[in-house]
Amino acid sequence: MTTTARTETDDDRDTATEGTTGEPILQVRNLQKRFGGVVAVDGVDFDIEPGTVTGLIGPNGAGKSTTFDLITGVQTADSGQVLFDGTDITERRPEQIANRGLVRTFQIARELSEMTVLENVMLAPPDQQGEAMWRSVLPWFRGRVNDQERTLREVAWETLEFFDIDHLAGEYAGNLSGGQRKLLEMARVFMTDPDMILLDEPLAGVNPTLEERLLDRIHQLQSEGYTFLLVEHDMDIVMNHCDPVIVMHQGQLLTEGTPEAVRKDDRVLEAYLGGEVEQ
Amino acid sequence: MSESEPPAGETTAEANAEQSIRDRVWTVASASDIRLIAVVMLVIYAVFLFLGIVGGLDVNGLYSSLERVTFFAAVYALVVLALNLQWGYAGLFNIGIAGFMGIGLYSMHILTVQIGLAYPIGAVGAVLITSLFGAIVALPALRLRADYLAIVTLAFAEIIRSILGSQRFAEFTFAGFDIGFGGATGPSGTLPDPLKFLLYKDPYSLRPEPNWFGEMYFGLFDLFVIDDSTAEGMLYALVLIVFVGLFYFLLVRVGGSPFGRVLKAIREDETVANALGKDTRQFKIKVFALGSALMGLAAILWYTKRGGVNPTNFEPEVTFFIFVALIIGGAGSNTGSVIGGAVFGALLFRGPVFIERIINRQLEAEADPTTIFDAFNGVDPFIVYTTDNLSALRIVLLGVVLVVLIQRRPEGLLGNRKEIASGIDLEDRGGD
Repeated sequence: MTTTARTETDDDRDTATEGTTGEPILQVRNLQKRFGGVVAVDGVDFDIEPGTVTGLIGPNGAGKSTTFDLITGVQTADSGQVLFDGTDITERRPEQIANRGLVRTFQIARELSEMTVLENVMLAPPDQQGEAMWRSVLPWFRGRVNDQERTLREVAWETLEFFDIDHLAGEYAGNLSGGQRKLLEMARVFMTDPDMILLDEPLAGVNPTLEERLLDRIHQLQSEGYTFLLVEHDMDIVMNHCDPVIVMHQGQLLTEGTPEAVRKDDRVLEAYLGGEVEQ
Repeated sequence: MSESEPPAGETTAEANAEQSIRDRVWTVASASDIRLIAVVMLVIYAVFLFLGIVGGLDVNGLYSSLERVTFFAAVYALVVLALNLQWGYAGLFNIGIAGFMGIGLYSMHILTVQIGLAYPIGAVGAVLITSLFGAIVALPALRLRADYLAIVTLAFAEIIRSILGSQRFAEFTFAGFDIGFGGATGPSGTLPDPLKFLLYKDPYSLRPEPNWFGEMYFGLFDLFVIDDSTAEGMLYALVLIVFVGLFYFLLVRVGGSPFGRVLKAIREDETVANALGKDTRQFKIKVFALGSALMGLAAILWYTKRGGVNPTNFEPEVTFFIFVALIIGGAGSNTGSVIGGAVFGALLFRGPVFIERIINRQLEAEADPTTIFDAFNGVDPFIVYTTDNLSALRIVLLGVVLVVLIQRRPEGLLGNRKEIASGIDLEDRGGD
């Protein structure tokens, strides 16, 4: 049952990609979410073009993380719509959205600490035959499962090398440093074979060398056709590495445009400094 | 070799040899998990043999004590393995183990003794029924985490126990069959022990006659001065060991696979598993169904020999015992589960009873004290008084073991070992 469901999802994904070239890969329509009396996200609208690295910025409490949660199904929107590859994913569960090719990382790295780095990345690939218990147990099928495991092992090692954490492969993820955990999260997300990746503050707490490396990887992957949406606090990084940039403030979309345009927008400065800015 | 040598030059060669022997024993023991388990069992046997010989048991008594020890080590290992799947792997805090065991055993009794199905068919049916209940209890587990799931499972187990012990359900008609749980004393009639049919012509007659196989089997044991009931018990213990092997094999496969990997991810951080596209609900239901089925089967194997289908066998302390055993062995490790079950069942559960028996046998209670005041009348009465209460003190002993363990080695005997969730060696890069 699982397999059929997965294959269907896969077909969906392929046809959707073919049919929508040139269309935005992600469309957010009038998204709204309240927590009690607080309106965390208040009618947000934006499109993400495929193959871009879009920056999502805004002061604390602007609703960036909540927007992420709403897009990835971790929380349900009160109203509004999210379209991914032309399909409505607003009501989907997180695992369904991930299986469609839209994955995320978390603000605070959520490594699976009592699993090794390899186990962490090997968890991620979709359509693993051995995730059906009976196949993992029965003699002949187990052989097939292990064949797939060997293929995935190759990919896993390549991914770890790409993110420069292959020397930690056998280590428990809990023993990694903060920056290494961020790399592991990225590696894990890539093992799901996504189309688009949402990165929630991927560079927070990462040292400058590692930061350089991560950004380098992001651009490399961008050139391979991956789409990124990232929340980041460091203005320099956003201005130098993201295009376009979306600015949120108090749950609403403040402005959207090229880094230069956003930099010149007084409302952005105002939002960050929390007051009126004299011309 | 050279690293194991102590730095000081004057250290005697004796110490050296001792060191290397210990090293070598350790290497051999940990080389393979099966061997490690075997070594633990041999040590347990040695302890009991020593105590038995000191206590003046005859040959048959010694064999009989080993047979009992094996029985308890094995039945505990079975249930602990099942719990390890749910709690050690998937982190599902099931404290309703006793309830699932009860369902398994009572279903078995109804299907075989009351409805009259053959033992193996009844066992399969009972296991299926238990796994169905496991899946049903898992439904709230889809929404609840940790403590709340624990409360639900505990409540479930208590509901089951109350229903089983209730006079209202002592006898009723279901689908045309007159069945019942027998109320507070349990249903009458013991489970048919298939091994008895193997050994005797008419096993449930007053004085059963061995059949030709029984004659041969008992004859063989007579050569070693072992009486029939001990010989029979040893055969049963052997069957249990085979089942421990089967459980172990099954669970190593379940754990060492992509399926096991998702279970571990659920334990570590379910949100991450979801974010990576895993439908964790399915996995939780499956784990509950399989784990519960194994608990039910373990209960059937346990009480086929011990008789007594009775609601008091499934009080919450049973669940507590299993958890302690798993903590001793190390949650998350299948090998640890077997060792934890064996150590608990043999040393902590059976040990005190055994010591009590041999000490009482030695002192033969010239002055069997009934109160603590009589106990201070002399050395012997004091010892007898203490040992008379050893099985009650067992719980105290357990508490002490648990406290020491949590302080000194919270991960259990084998808890920090890496049992990688894959059918292949992930660190071995096949391509290179």
